[in-house]
Amino acid sequence: MKASLGMRAGLLSVLIFAVIVGIWHVATLPTAASGPAVDPEYAKLVGAAAATGSKSAMPTPADIGATIWKHLADPFYVRGSNDKGIGIQLAYSLGRVLLGFGLAALFAIPLGFLIGMSPLVYRALDPFIQILKPVSPLAWMPLALYTIKDSAISSIFVIFICSVWPMLINTAFGVGSVRKEWLNVARTLEVGPFRTAFKVILPAAAPTIMTGMRISVGIAWLVIVAAEMLVGGTGIGYFVWNEWNNLSIANIVTAILLIGLVGLLLDQGLAYLARLVTYPE
Amino acid sequence: MENRPLISVEGLARRFGETGQPAVFEDIWFGIDRGEFCCLIGHSGCGKTTILNVLAGLDSPSGGAVIVDNREIDGPSLDRAVIFQGHALLPWMTVIGNIAFAVSSRWPTWDRARVQAHARKFIELVGLAGAENKRPAQLSGGMKQRVGIARALSIQPKMLLMDEPFSALDALTRGMLQDEVLRICADTQQTVFMITHDVDEAILLADKIVLMTNGPGARIAEIVVNTMPKNERHRNDLHRHPQYYAIRNHLVEFLVNRSKAFDREIAEHGFDPRRPKLVKPGLSAVNPPADVVPLRHSN
Repeated sequence: MKASLGMRAGLLSVLIFAVIVGIWHVATLPTAASGPAVDPEYAKLVGAAAATGSKSAMPTPADIGATIWKHLADPFYVRGSNDKGIGIQLAYSLGRVLLGFGLAALFAIPLGFLIGMSPLVYRALDPFIQILKPVSPLAWMPLALYTIKDSAISSIFVIFICSVWPMLINTAFGVGSVRKEWLNVARTLEVGPFRTAFKVILPAAAPTIMTGMRISVGIAWLVIVAAEMLVGGTGIGYFVWNEWNNLSIANIVTAILLIGLVGLLLDQGLAYLARLVTYPE
Repeated sequence: MENRPLISVEGLARRFGETGQPAVFEDIWFGIDRGEFCCLIGHSGCGKTTILNVLAGLDSPSGGAVIVDNREIDGPSLDRAVIFQGHALLPWMTVIGNIAFAVSSRWPTWDRARVQAHARKFIELVGLAGAENKRPAQLSGGMKQRVGIARALSIQPKMLLMDEPFSALDALTRGMLQDEVLRICADTQQTVFMITHDVDEAILLADKIVLMTNGPGARIAEIVVNTMPKNERHRNDLHRHPQYYAIRNHLVEFLVNRSKAFDREIAEHGFDPRRPKLVKPGLSAVNPPADVVPLRHSN
């Protein structure tokens, strides 16, 4: 009997994971050599083991496991401005992403509708979109900080600006490529422009629009980490930067894994919504 | 004009591109009376679909006009329902949703229950009871076209416009749907304008068959009156009717030979585009003729 493809793939995944962890474990084993005498100040700073060189700052898999467990056991504590639970930091980042992304959707979907409906507007706005789309959202950060004068709002603005383009372009494309015969059905039934927009064009373009939203939320989640490293204060990006300053690799690795997990959930959530509006032809 | 038919096509012409380009068709004149089933036959590229789109109000002519009920067509209307070649159902709606969309467009003040009840009636009419909540993707080609027919009929239009409605279907399904269209149109006294390139379909369904010459510069060559009474037309024994071959041969002869050499005919016999000749080949040869044209016209 042969196990199903999914089963075998799962088994292979576990094997690959075990190999990676194994190599990692061997590579980070403490060396027994006693190093040269160490300045006690330095030893205090980086920890005795690291200072003597018997143990590198790179944690072992077991250290990481312990760290992850520690974070997950108490994710929402607040002990001062630089010591907040990882759940709180993730919540800050998620809040910024959802706010910036939501505002971008409110802006981009109606505008994309307009662009898709009117070849004139499409051609008039095309040069702006083409030039602004490839700009890294972080390049907007100084401009945002200068004009808005608030770092929290600036990071939301950066999320907004990076989420806008895929939604704008996909909405315009989806609306512009609604099948002519569906529009003709609406015309022969003397359906008014608003009813046509909501009952025919929107459902017809919905799968394309949802694809744009899925791309946008992915980019926004990528960008928030970098934006928070720049802006500081709160958020998972700030957490990563803060732990770099603490030279706590275990915390950084934990954050990387959690960032990946949240990104996966965001993507799957939108994929689920996309399935709801997809229609087979 | 005094006694206008329900639909009167007057001097219609259509050019694509710049002026000075030859017209796809020009000087098209014909009328359709109330309750009449009118077929338009011609080769591809002569502008049949364009004429139907002008009648539907989806396209505007370069010259001439279409008068319906003494008013010139200036856009689409719920009075003229279109059955599209590719059924054109909205794939995200169910069968009943598609029809209810049309019904509530026709009667915006109706409440939901009334719209649903009305839609259900027409789903039953086309024999789709039980499939109300299916999506178009779950239906066969013939069922989809039935939904298209139900949608068009449900708004109770003054006339039906059909653009080769059965051309994408297999022969068996096509035959069944032709029978149903014949029955429904007879029951409801519907005025119909249909494009086809199937000669037998035209003979089965139409009271009047308008023959169009090849483009560019296509014209109405003549109008064949189907003298076979409606109640004597049955798909299975159509070929046994004494008039059948005379009409069929006339149509095939036109499509094979005369449609491309019509200019020569005009030069010899003269031609008044405003009054296309009415011909009744069925009456001229009530007995089956000896020379049966064996060719079946294909697209």
